[in-house]
Amino acid sequence: MKALSAKWLARRVLGAWVGMLILFPPGTLAQDAQHPDIPDTLQQRIAACTACHGVHGEGTPESGFFPRLAGKPAGYLARQLKDFQDGLRKYGPMEYTARQLSPEYMHEIAEYFAAQDVPYSRSPLPPLSPATLKRGEELVTHGDPSREIPACSACHGSQLTGVQPDIPGLVGLPYDYISSQLGSWRTKTRATVAPDCMNEIANRLSESDISAVSAWLASRELPADMHAQPAGSVTPPLHCGVLGDKGDGA
Amino acid sequence: MKRVIAIVIVALLALSGWWLFRTQDRQPVAPSASQVTEATLKDPALIAKGEYLASVGDCASCHTERGGVRYAGGRVLPTPFGNIPAPNITPDRDTGLGGWSFEDFWQALHSGMGRHGELLYPVFSYTSFTKVTRDDALAIFAYLQSLPATKQAAKPLGLGFPYSVRNSLKAWRALYFQEGEYQPDATKPDAWNRGAYLVQGLGHCNECHAPRDSLGGSQNKPSLAGGQIPSQNWYAPDLSMQANGGLQGWSEQDIVDLLKTGQSARGTAFGPMAEVVQQSTQHMRDEDLRAIATYLQSLPPRVAVAEPKSPLDTRPILAQGAKVYAERCADCHGKDGNGVAGIYPPLNGNSSVNEPSGINAIRVVLLGGFPPVTKGNPRPYSMPPFAQQLSDSDVAAVVTYIRQSWSNHAALVMERDVIKNRHTPID
Repeated sequence: MKALSAKWLARRVLGAWVGMLILFPPGTLAQDAQHPDIPDTLQQRIAACTACHGVHGEGTPESGFFPRLAGKPAGYLARQLKDFQDGLRKYGPMEYTARQLSPEYMHEIAEYFAAQDVPYSRSPLPPLSPATLKRGEELVTHGDPSREIPACSACHGSQLTGVQPDIPGLVGLPYDYISSQLGSWRTKTRATVAPDCMNEIANRLSESDISAVSAWLASRELPADMHAQPAGSVTPPLHCGVLGDKGDGA
Repeated sequence: MKRVIAIVIVALLALSGWWLFRTQDRQPVAPSASQVTEATLKDPALIAKGEYLASVGDCASCHTERGGVRYAGGRVLPTPFGNIPAPNITPDRDTGLGGWSFEDFWQALHSGMGRHGELLYPVFSYTSFTKVTRDDALAIFAYLQSLPATKQAAKPLGLGFPYSVRNSLKAWRALYFQEGEYQPDATKPDAWNRGAYLVQGLGHCNECHAPRDSLGGSQNKPSLAGGQIPSQNWYAPDLSMQANGGLQGWSEQDIVDLLKTGQSARGTAFGPMAEVVQQSTQHMRDEDLRAIATYLQSLPPRVAVAEPKSPLDTRPILAQGAKVYAERCADCHGKDGNGVAGIYPPLNGNSSVNEPSGINAIRVVLLGGFPPVTKGNPRPYSMPPFAQQLSDSDVAAVVTYIRQSWSNHAALVMERDVIKNRHTPID
């Protein structure tokens, strides 16, 4: 009898709890009705990033103004945040946003965007002559040895989709974005840790070369696999600070 | 008689000219001739104490270039009079404090003079640092001398005439600089005195949290009354217990939380204060943070100044602001403006929302951003920037709505205030 009543009591208590849980799911009791539930997710935490770059880092391919972050290698993305923080890359709103972040948090945010897999969309191209496009293709695939310009593919991978963990892809980017980045190395609004090999290359390109390279890259059919190639797929021909100064130099 | 007067005037002018432009002649004290022995400066306990005090004083913040070697100088400090680069204070013999003795260092920190007697620009806050005790200064010096020497020459001064003439500072110093260590108030508890010492001295809080006049002097009476930071265009709020823009309603724990984690139940650090929290206050001991809170909580509210009633009919602005608030802000900050505890700060009663200029609220709406990442808040929630999404009119309306809703009673802001702050440089 004693055991039975204990069991009975336990069942009633359990029943009451279940009833309570149905009536008041966890979280609602202490919560102010005026406040929506704030999810404890990184996505919620980084509203400062996603407001412009999109929830999945898709960017604004129509205008090319806010770059796509989705699927870019994590090491590359974390490096960009650090470069904004250190004032090597200059853009006020990004410098302000990255200013107080820790290296750990920057890496976590970079991993989030690197892991996003969203379809690529095409961006508008300026009208350019076939000769310009041919010059672009030549520079991207073979470089210009007479001016010590290596082929883009020498570092950015044979598929131009980038190489893990530090080298970004070049296909799937808007014309305006590529040409403005190449230009920003020349106007010293974009830089990275020395030796800054992209700075050297951008300064060896002429203005018409920049248009040609950007146009050919932006016009290219996208490969089926847009993921960055595995680490070690390339041997960079220049010394690059961002790659831990690896490469055989030129 | 006229002639005598003329002679006297000329003599007085000559005398004042001599006083103003005579060169200071102080011989640096060689480290070997210093009263402080090398063994003292190498004492690990003294160095550790100095490291802590250097973080309290946030020395690295000015004396480090973005992305540069800590304490090697190079950060250029913008002032309304020109740009002043912070010097290298690592012990490099040629470009830093390598040849300096403690006597030289004390002369700079306490009296605002270089080792040759030249007058230092008060962007180096010796107006506050003069209150630091000799013992604490010695510890800081020992710590700085223990750093690895980095060779980095000072950048040139970006000051024009007459500010480039260091002796012009004599007049400035006569007006604004009172030399002297902090004198404890025997009628007050130890914690209060410790708090006052940290706030007025090393913490140099009054350098930002007070209005500056046209000559760049900080108001000292009353101190910490809040003021716009020149060239940076942020408003450092009143730190007294003032309602509407001060720390009314802040508990000791709220003050400690903000300084330790960058976030509190009453508000979040952003802009220049985010940097102060990250570089300096988060590293402070709890008892020092509590002492600061004790001192701040003792600051009496100012005499309330009645806001002049706006001649404009603000109802349409408030209606527009309410709409923007409901669409863009309420999800995180709540319809009641009370935020979400531990995640999003309240706007209701927030001192940065209510500060007199409106500049903080405008810039936060435009820039969004993260609170400082600290040990106590390693993955903070952030706010989206609205610069690209809201028009000047919408920003002005929503900021006005926030500043005049719930318990807030601050002045309205205009579209032109938003336009002015859209492209403020970031540093």
